[in-house]
Formats: sequence, structure tokens, C-alpha cells
Amino acid sequence: MTTAVAAIDFELLGRIFPRVLVDGILLGFVYSLIALGYTMVYGVLEFINFAHSEIFMVGAFIGAEVLLILQAARVLAASPPLLSLLASVLAAGVIAGLLAVTIERVAYRPLRGAPRLVPLISAIGVSFFLQDLVRMIWALHRNAFYLTYPPIEVFNQRFPAGAYALWGGAAAVAIAAIGWLMRRAGRGVARARFESLSMLPKYTSIALGIVSVGLLILDPNRVLTVPVKSLVVIGASLLVLSVLVYVVNQTKLGMAIRAVAEDQATASLMGVNVNQIISVTFLIGGLMGGIAGALFGLQFGTVNPYSGFIPGLKAFTAAVLGGIGNIPGAMLGGLVLGVLEALAGSYLSLISGGAFGAEYKDIFAFSVLILILIFRPRGLLGEVVREKL
Amino acid sequence: MTILRVEGADVYYGNIHALKDVSLLVERGEIVTLIGSNGAGKTTTLRAISGLAHPRRGTIALEGKDITRTPAHRIATLGIAHVPEGRRVFGRLTVRENLEMGAYTRHDRDWIAADLDEVFAVFPRLKERIRQTAGTLSGGEQQMLAMGRALMARPQLLLLDEPSMGLAPLLVEQIFRSVTDINRAGTTVLLVEQNAYMALQVATRGYVLQTGSVVLSGPAESLLANEEVRKAYLGE
Ligand SMILES: Nc1ncnc2c1ncn2[C@@H]1O[C@H](COP(=O)(O)OP(=O)(O)OP(=O)(O)O)[C@@H](O)[C@H]1O
Ligand SMILES: [Mg+2]
Repeated sequence: MTTAVAAIDFELLGRIFPRVLVDGILLGFVYSLIALGYTMVYGVLEFINFAHSEIFMVGAFIGAEVLLILQAARVLAASPPLLSLLASVLAAGVIAGLLAVTIERVAYRPLRGAPRLVPLISAIGVSFFLQDLVRMIWALHRNAFYLTYPPIEVFNQRFPAGAYALWGGAAAVAIAAIGWLMRRAGRGVARARFESLSMLPKYTSIALGIVSVGLLILDPNRVLTVPVKSLVVIGASLLVLSVLVYVVNQTKLGMAIRAVAEDQATASLMGVNVNQIISVTFLIGGLMGGIAGALFGLQFGTVNPYSGFIPGLKAFTAAVLGGIGNIPGAMLGGLVLGVLEALAGSYLSLISGGAFGAEYKDIFAFSVLILILIFRPRGLLGEVVREKL
Repeated sequence: MTILRVEGADVYYGNIHALKDVSLLVERGEIVTLIGSNGAGKTTTLRAISGLAHPRRGTIALEGKDITRTPAHRIATLGIAHVPEGRRVFGRLTVRENLEMGAYTRHDRDWIAADLDEVFAVFPRLKERIRQTAGTLSGGEQQMLAMGRALMARPQLLLLDEPSMGLAPLLVEQIFRSVTDINRAGTTVLLVEQNAYMALQVATRGYVLQTGSVVLSGPAESLLANEEVRKAYLGE
């Protein structure tokens, strides 16, 4: 009985768990960002934008290009790293967003009303076109088939997260207190906008509290260090996701997007220009896809014209897992998939004594997905009608 | 003064000729009703007016301004609000958000708050449900919401498509009373109904549609007294 179990080093499994979790959450947020593009477009058009993975890839190229230009101009090392990152991520997002809008206008809108398969074929065509276009542009421009993200020194250091666990806990309590005071002060104001603003400290403190408590439990010796880069990618993803949740749930634009997703004809009776809202949806989806591309590139180093395919496919799966068309579902689906993949990647070979290597991680992750979908065919949140977080 | 003029409108769905040379007039301040049996073209008439369907021939004018080819989202800004058949509330949006959607084309934030109160005065039930998603409302409440949503646009002309459909008799009466109230407060109403008796009771004038054509029109009392109308639509 002991022989089989003895092969597994439980102490090792436990020790690497926090790192695996961080990797999984990081990957999960990137999937979430991409998945939102699929799910929001599906929400308004009931159409899978298969070119979205290439929009992500273009974002990754733009992100690298911006950093390479900064490096060539000798400002990359001299300027604050977060500023360079901001430039890279913003450029990637904006260009990917505009690209997505253009694609919808040129390749999808003229086909509206055609049988459902037709725009799908068009999307696949756009995918190939973008792959070859990017390959051609960068072949001419840099004579390169792929781009490597230039290193940003600070990002390659490690942050002693374990040592700061107690501080994190204290900060969570402090932020919660600020939130409580804000809500008290705003009681008379009672404006919806203010209400949503006071949610910010609430959720920040909850998230920080969970992380701190988790660290204290998983890393009792307070020795865990996390790459600064991972924290930056996670932080940036969280920020973008929060802005999206705010826009979708608390603004007039977001309300119009949700109304169009539900019933285009009736939304137009309210005065909503449906085509405009569809364009905006592609813009937002492309924006997030592009940002995800730049963050993905920053994390993993190199991108080539075909880098979009696998993450795109996984993000699409994440969207289906969460319930296609459902915004919180896409976020949850991305996180679940990312964490599953990281767990499988690190633990499969350890637990199976090397019989299954890390290369089996996708098989494992997708098997779990298939299982979940067998029991919940509409996805994890597919039946939840209320789209509020 | 004429607020709406439809002249010789022909509307097709593919090969189906749904409206044939339909003409009708609505004067400011009136309640005009459009009655007819299933498939007569009542809904299609309203869809043509609000821009969801465009006539192949004929013209539609709002206060003398041609809107025959104007898209629906533009017509919504011109003072027409359309409560579609089957209510079509946004089920995943809250009651409040549905009402705010009604005021989508307006930018006067403070007045919108005042109008919310006005809608709640007409439909107090909605106020209790304000945070609920519209999909969880009962059929009657959804009808109130659809009407309240249309009122939020402060329309000149309100198009109502079978507001009494599927409601209990008590609620039907309440809905018709609200229609009269809304009209008294200054909104012109074009009312499509299967419940011809109730509709003719509240209306000033009426049109009878049959397989896409207007076959009869006149003051509501004379239609109520008309032999054919009584046979075909009042079940006598
Ligand atoms: N989207 C559509 N596609 C094809 N035909 C349609 C469509 N909508 C309506 N029709 C047809 O047009 C005709 C008029 O329909 P319409 O809905 O205007 O009738 P209605 O008077 O509102 O009927 P009801 O009382 O049942 O609501 C019908 O013959 C209907 O079958
Ligand atoms: Mg009808």
C-alpha cells in the first residue's frame, strides 16, 4: 500500500502550490480578457468571431513593437517600467479594438441576414488573412518571423509576497474601513453612481483579504516570492476587468449593450442605434483582446503570427464553459480553465510518477471541461439571468 | 391638427403582401383604435409607423414630416413611442433600467427622475419592483412596465399593440383606464386591440383592418353600432 503512495512527495506538492496558483490565476485572467471578446460579440450578434484570436495576436505584436521602439530610442531602460507597459498595452488595445471594428464593418456586416454559416466562414478567412498580413508586415519591417519582448529589468525581479502577507491583511482591513465610512457618508446622497463607487473599496478589501489569508495559510514560513511581472499582469487584468464590469453594469452605454444583446428591434424602438452599439461591442472586445495579447507577450516572451490560435481556442472554450453570452461567466470560465491548466501542468507528472508529463495538461484541462459541460450544458453561469457582479 | 398621416402604404414580408394600400389619420389628442382579426396587419401597421418595417409604396408623415424611410432609432427621437406586441421588456435588465431605456434618447437627467415619479404615479406596482429584473415580473406587471417605459420617452404619439393581451379582466380594465389617463395628460394614442369592444369604448375613432386593407373607419360610437363590426368583432 505504501509503495505507490510513497512515490508522491506531498511536501513538494504543497510547497509549489502557491506558485502554481499564481500562474493559473495569471493565465486565467488572460483567458478571461480574451473570452470577453467572444462572449460580448456573441451576446449582441449570436455569432462566434473566429478572427478574435488573430485580433489578440495583433495586440501581442503591437505590444512588442512599442516596447522595441522604446528600446531602440533608448528610453525603455530610463523610463518608469509601468509607463512603458502602459504605452505598450494601450497601443495594443486601441489598435486591436479599431481592427475589430473594421473587420465587423468589412467582413461581417454585409453578411448580416445571410445563413449563419456564411459569416463564420468569413471570420475564418479574416483569421488567415491577418496571420499572413502580420507575417508580411513584420517580415518587411524587421525581417523577422516572430517578435521577442525586450526585457524590463524590474519586472524580472521577485516580490517577497509571503513576507508582506500580514501587511496585506492590515491593508484589507483599512480599505474595508474606508469603504464603510464612504457608504456612511454617502447615505444621504443615495445616488446609484456613488453606490457603485463605494463598491470599489469593498471588493478590493475582499480580494486583498482572501489573498492575505491564503498566503498566511499556504506559506506559513513567509518565504514565497512571486515574479513582479506576474503581479503586474494580474493587476493590469484585474483593472481592465473591473472597468469593463463598471461600464457594462453602471453606464448608459453598458445598459444599451445589454439591451441590444437581449432584443435588437425593441432596443431600436428606444432610440438605440443598434449598428453603433454592435461596433462599440467589437471595439471593447478588440480592446480587451489586444490588451490580453500584450500582457500575454510580456509574460511569455515571444509571439509569432500563429500565437493567437491556442490561447484563442482556450478562451473560446472558457466563454462556453462560463455560458456563452454571459459576461461574469466568461471571467469565471477563464479563471477555472487557467487554474486547471496550471494545476495539470505542474502536478500531472509529479502525481503520476512521470507517466504523464506536463504536455498532457491540455488533455486533462479539456477533459474536466467536457465533464462540466456534460453536467451543465449551458455553462457554469448559463442560467443566471442577472448580469451583475 | 394631424399628427400622423399614413397614405397608401404597402408593406411586404418577402412575398407576403401584409399591408395593401393602407391610409389612416391620427389627429392630435385623439385615441384612435385599429381593430381586426388575427393576421389582419395591425402589428405591421404599427411597425411601419415606428420604422421597424418600411413600406414599399406609400408615405408616412409625422407632423407633416416624411418618415417613410427613417430608421427606427431616429423615429424614436421624433416623438413616437411604440409598446410592441408581447410587451418585449428587457428581461435581464432591472425595472429601473427598463424605464431608463425608455428615456434613452433624452439627456435631461433631472427631468428623467421626475418622470420616473410620474410613471410610478400611474403604475405604483412598478415602484415596489424597481430593483427586480423585468423577467421576474408577472405578465400584467410587464405590460405596465412596457407602457411606463414608453412614457419615459415623453412621446407625442403612443403606439400600443394589444396591451390587454393575456391579462385577467380586472387588469384589462386597469390598463384601459391608464390609456385614458395617459391620453388626458396630453398624449395622442394609436391603439391596436383584439378586444374591440373595450377599445371602441375608450377611442374617439377607429379603423377596421381585414387581410391587410382598411375596410371600415369612423367615429368609435358608429363603429360600435355597426352591424358588420358587431358580427365580426364583438361576437354578436
Ligand atoms: N416577420 C414576418 N414574416 C413573414 N410574414 C409576416 C411577418 N410578420 C407578419 N407576417 C404576416 O403578415 C400578416 C399581418 O401580420 P400582423 O402581425 O401585422 O397581423 P396582426 O393583425 O397584428 O395579427 P394579430 O392580431 O395576430 O397580432 C400576417 O399574414 C402574417 O402572417
Ligand atoms: Mg399583432
